[in-house]
Amino acid sequence: MIKMEHVSKTYQTGMPALSDINLHIRPGEFVFITGVSGSGKSTMIKLLLDEMKPTKGRIFVNGKNLAGITRRNIPYFRRNIGVVFQDFRLLQDRSVYDNVAFAMKVVETSNKKIKKSVPEILSMVGLAAKYRSLPKQLSGGEQQRVAIARALVNQPKILLADEPTGNLDNPNGWAIMKLLEEINEKGTTVVVVTHNLEFVEKMDKRVITIKKGQIVSDKESSEEF
Amino acid sequence: MKLRSIMYSIGQGFKSIWRNKMFSLASVATMTACIFLFGIFFSLGVNFSGMLKNVEESVAVTVFFEKGITQEQKDAIGNDIKARTEVSSYKYVSGKQAFDTVIKDFYGGNKELAESFADDNPLADSDNYQIFMNDVSSQQKLVTYLSKLQGVREVHQSEAAARTLTDFSRLISVIFGSVIIILIAVAIFLISNTITVGISVRKEEIAIMKLIGAKDSFVRAPFIVEGIVIGLSGSIIPLIILWFMYKNLIVYIASKYQFLSNLFKFVPETSVFKTLVPIALILGVGIGYIGSRFTLHRHLNV
Repeated sequence: MIKMEHVSKTYQTGMPALSDINLHIRPGEFVFITGVSGSGKSTMIKLLLDEMKPTKGRIFVNGKNLAGITRRNIPYFRRNIGVVFQDFRLLQDRSVYDNVAFAMKVVETSNKKIKKSVPEILSMVGLAAKYRSLPKQLSGGEQQRVAIARALVNQPKILLADEPTGNLDNPNGWAIMKLLEEINEKGTTVVVVTHNLEFVEKMDKRVITIKKGQIVSDKESSEEF
Repeated sequence: MKLRSIMYSIGQGFKSIWRNKMFSLASVATMTACIFLFGIFFSLGVNFSGMLKNVEESVAVTVFFEKGITQEQKDAIGNDIKARTEVSSYKYVSGKQAFDTVIKDFYGGNKELAESFADDNPLADSDNYQIFMNDVSSQQKLVTYLSKLQGVREVHQSEAAARTLTDFSRLISVIFGSVIIILIAVAIFLISNTITVGISVRKEEIAIMKLIGAKDSFVRAPFIVEGIVIGLSGSIIPLIILWFMYKNLIVYIASKYQFLSNLFKFVPETSVFKTLVPIALILGVGIGYIGSRFTLHRHLNV
């Protein structure tokens, strides 16, 4: 599903962000990528989204070598990846429904399908009753649920979550983690970038630790053994 | 792009105009001023061209024949003149007609004063062709051609008049062109500014769209709609104002300054606007499109 072979990334300033990364994430896996700030976690997300190219190495996502994806085809590639951010990135002037529907409109889905899919996904994240609310009328946890619904509404094969609980208190953080786990159980590959070790330790999932741009440990969940 | 996406982009374009209404209004106002000035210059230009044409057509080249040539040879020269594209019209003036004109010009109504020439027309051998041209700038070319024709003794031309008219016409074109170029540049700059504001307001939305998998064309389309709508509005408004202004101005000048309307004829509004409307609309849409494309290229990496 996701494969990185000897991937290195050095920014134009000369600062190395990742060096010689090798990893393989299988379909349907739930993986934590952890490390302190500046360790290279966000660079990894950007590389997986083809927002930037690696300086060295090859990256495969959904069987496609990202080096071979033309600029014109990047949008089609990204439609198979859902992304969730720490700061939710919701459109503040649009309702919960419109924020989710927006993700379908930009990929030119029919109105009929939008009207069917949006209530379903809002119901899945537990926000069906708040579909008319504006983001500012929701709690942080609810806003992150909207962001997850938006990331999932186009049924991507992979969900990348960059510090999804970073702006949430502990109970809300746990609720989001549980939601991500449910999503994973339905077959979506989930990659969560976090530095919150409490979630990482208690959830018993595969954990990849990055330090100074290098993978220092790759621990499988106990279920794998 | 699918129809619903086109509709979505149009809707977003209008929303963006509404969201940045002050900037949009400023752009429409500038665009209106530009097209309005363009329209004024254009109308003046059309009328001025009409005037020049009239003057040009009244400047004649005169061809005199060699002594003793036959009427057939004169007709052959006439056919050669007729075949020239720069010639608008020509006429044969006999020696008698030439003399009558001189008498009329010099002695006015007192024909008896010219009686001493009664049987001796000094212009008997001065029959000629008077040639009027389409474009006075080609006069020298025609004169050179005519001088080489067999049976032609002399070709008279008003070189100074031709040169003055040509130079004046060129000067007007240069001034007209320069002003238009400056106005277009200002309009593109202002539309580009409005689009830049639109992009910065929607920066977050654009980033999300790109991450979700929106195609470049889908991201760009609302901004292009915005530019085109501003350009189009900025050309329709001045056209309406100019139409009424021009129509009323002709009537006003005709009634208040009769000497002006005797001097030259105004080009009717239907003739002016038949050309001005499509040019102004194309300019408006074109400037809007170029302004938005230019900005998208500069500020939006899609």
